[in-house]
Amino acid sequence: MTDPDIPPRALAEAVVTPEALAGLEPVRSVRTPIRLVYDFVPSAAAQAYLRAYAEKRILGHRSPVDGAVFVPPRGVDPRHGTAIDETVDLADTGHVGNFCVTHLPIPGRDDLEVPYVSAWIHLDGADIGFLGLVAGCATEEVRIGMRVRAVWKPDEQLGPTAENVLYWEPSGEPDVPVGRAGNRAWRGRTDG
Amino acid sequence: MGGERTAVLGVGQTRYSSNRGDVSIAGLVREAAYRALEDARLGWAEIDAVVIGKAPDFFEGVVMPELYLADALGCVGKPMLRVHTAGSVGGSTALVAASLVQSRVHRRVLTLGFEKQSESNATWALSLPQPFSVSINAGAGGYFSPIIRQYMARSGAPDLIGCMVAFKDRRHALANPFAHLHQADLTFEAVVESPMLWDPIRYSETCPSSDGACAMVLGDEAAGDASDSPVAWVHGTAMRSEANNFPGRDEVNPLASRECAADVFGQAGIVDPRAEIDVVEMYVPFSWYEPMWLESLGFAEVDHGWRMVEDGSTDIEGGDLPVNCSGGVLSSNPIGASGMIRFAEAALQVRGMAGDHQVDGVRRAFGHAYGGGAQYFAMWVVGDQKP
Repeated sequence: MTDPDIPPRALAEAVVTPEALAGLEPVRSVRTPIRLVYDFVPSAAAQAYLRAYAEKRILGHRSPVDGAVFVPPRGVDPRHGTAIDETVDLADTGHVGNFCVTHLPIPGRDDLEVPYVSAWIHLDGADIGFLGLVAGCATEEVRIGMRVRAVWKPDEQLGPTAENVLYWEPSGEPDVPVGRAGNRAWRGRTDG
Repeated sequence: MGGERTAVLGVGQTRYSSNRGDVSIAGLVREAAYRALEDARLGWAEIDAVVIGKAPDFFEGVVMPELYLADALGCVGKPMLRVHTAGSVGGSTALVAASLVQSRVHRRVLTLGFEKQSESNATWALSLPQPFSVSINAGAGGYFSPIIRQYMARSGAPDLIGCMVAFKDRRHALANPFAHLHQADLTFEAVVESPMLWDPIRYSETCPSSDGACAMVLGDEAAGDASDSPVAWVHGTAMRSEANNFPGRDEVNPLASRECAADVFGQAGIVDPRAEIDVVEMYVPFSWYEPMWLESLGFAEVDHGWRMVEDGSTDIEGGDLPVNCSGGVLSSNPIGASGMIRFAEAALQVRGMAGDHQVDGVRRAFGHAYGGGAQYFAMWVVGDQKP
């Protein structure tokens, strides 16, 4: 095994600085902040989804192949490459498929106090989860399979954004069994 | 496995560290490339093509860096290929390079992966706000924490298995002069008591942010035969991928991982991986992924991988299947290079050239990388004999 302290032979010779640069402080790094601003043009499916959000409705797409419901709707079943045009209204209730208790602040989310719970929310009627904040209970009370419901922004603050749901709070209903929570629900349904 | 027999002729690594401020990205990759050429006893002129990989360009903010690195890698006027498969890219890059030899397109190929995390922000660079979802995921740890939680729940593993993996890999790293973390004074208690970041993931159970590059020279059978020093022969190569969110997805043990392992072991004629593989270099950026991958890859029965950690089977001291003798991703993580380091360390082990972390009598070694939301997989088996 080679020694990391010995440079490769071809790089072993010292770099000779031109005389004109002698005595100057070497530049070790240059910070060049860059910014890329772009307009987001949502697809037809995403437009419908975001507009419905402004009315406190959550839309999904049902696959013509096997009836699986995707949320957010993308206009396609990614498993089969099949176009989807059947839109379904989903409940604003569901369960925690899985979660993380995060102790790190997120840039741009100064409103979040650590620790907070980011969870895969599996809506009633949907077959995949999406990320949401779980609050309204102690972090140590959150568990896989816990039933939750949406807490919406006040009506006057609603807009075409998923941020309309402030967080998901425990609904107090009995838990979904761990073996049927999250993606296991679909396997339970299709494996019989 | 059909096609031209392929050999690893040389391996070159930079020391991994939090900030290689003494070199640019170009200087970093050139250092690794020179070392690989020296090890292979070849010059630039004898290289037919270069295959390079790194993690997403957002990290350093240099878009398509391969274009400006052509000079540093001696491939002006030669074919150059860039590979993109997120964290698994170092492994996938090596496999693309291997395929160019296996298919007899080229005779000798230089392949390299790199990352300069000191010039980037890998934790947040990919957490971009999107209007159709809420900004709530805190980087890779936030993504993998729920999957680890699910593994813990379904396997019944004791809570401190992850800490045992982290402590083992950090001790292994002490014997690897190229490793980033050399924590000679680290105790198991300190790992356990380190702060929770993404519960159940502690600070000491996560990988560091590293600068570094890793390169290999691959050659055809004639080039392998002509080598004065030992070479590693490629016995199997496989890549698989799957979407990161679909109904019924098994996030803990992804189908793509299982199928990739079955393919690569099938090519190598391996029926019982635990008995027939001597040493493993596996992609473990968060400690719990060691038992999870041991199961997915077939080294342990489902829900029993953690027992191999608990009984020391994966420790270089006395284990029958040492895992990550180099210290692994938990001790060095130049992301785009991390997968290639696994592949290169597997090659060093079968060549008998792994230095102080060499395992005696290695005949076949396994290199592994994963990326994205545990959805991209790259694997190879290398051996000291021709396949």
